[in-house]
Amino acid sequence: MNLNDIHVAVALVLLATMSVGLIRVAIGPTPSDRMMAAQLLGTSGIGVLLVLTRAIAVPALVDVALVFALLAAVAVIAFTRRRGGDS
Amino acid sequence: MTVGAWLSVGLLLIGVFFFVAGTVGLMRLPDRLSRLHALTKADNLGLGFLVLGLLAQAPGLSTGVTLVLIWLLVMLASAAGAHLIAKRALRGDGEDSR
Repeated sequence: MNLNDIHVAVALVLLATMSVGLIRVAIGPTPSDRMMAAQLLGTSGIGVLLVLTRAIAVPALVDVALVFALLAAVAVIAFTRRRGGDS
Repeated sequence: MTVGAWLSVGLLLIGVFFFVAGTVGLMRLPDRLSRLHALTKADNLGLGFLVLGLLAQAPGLSTGVTLVLIWLLVMLASAAGAHLIAKRALRGDGEDSR
C-alpha cells in the first residue's frame, strides 16, 4: 500500500462525508442549517482537492482550492446579509 | 515508507477523523447553535490537520505557502461565518423566525 493509495482513500472518505452532509442541506429545518451544511461541503471540497493534488499529481488543483476558500467566505457573508422579504 | 511519510499519513487520518466527527455532529446534534459548534471544529481542525499532513511532503516552498494560506483563509472565513450565522439565528430575523 503506497502513499497514493492512502491519499485516494482519504479523498473518498471526505467525499462520503460530503454526501452525508447533503442530507442536512435537504432536511435542515432552517435556512441557517442549510448554509452551515453548505459551508462544511465547501471545506470538505477544499480538503478533497488538496489531497487529490498529491494523488493524481496535478499541482494546479492547489490554486483551485484557494479559489474555493475565497468564494466560500463570500457565500456565507452574502447569506447572512439577506433579509426575509427580498428573496 | 520513510518517517516523514508515516507522519504525513497520521496527520491526514487525524484530519479525516475531525471531518467525520463534524459531519456526525452536523447530523445528530439537536439544535442550531450546537450544530454550528460541531461545524467549526471540522473546518478549523480537520482542514488544519490535512494541511499539516500535506505540508510534511510538500514538493516546494511555494506549494507549502499556498497550503498554509488556504488554511488561514478558511479559518478566517469559518470564524467570521460562524459569528454571523449565530448572530442571525439569535436575532431571529429573516426566514429563521417562521
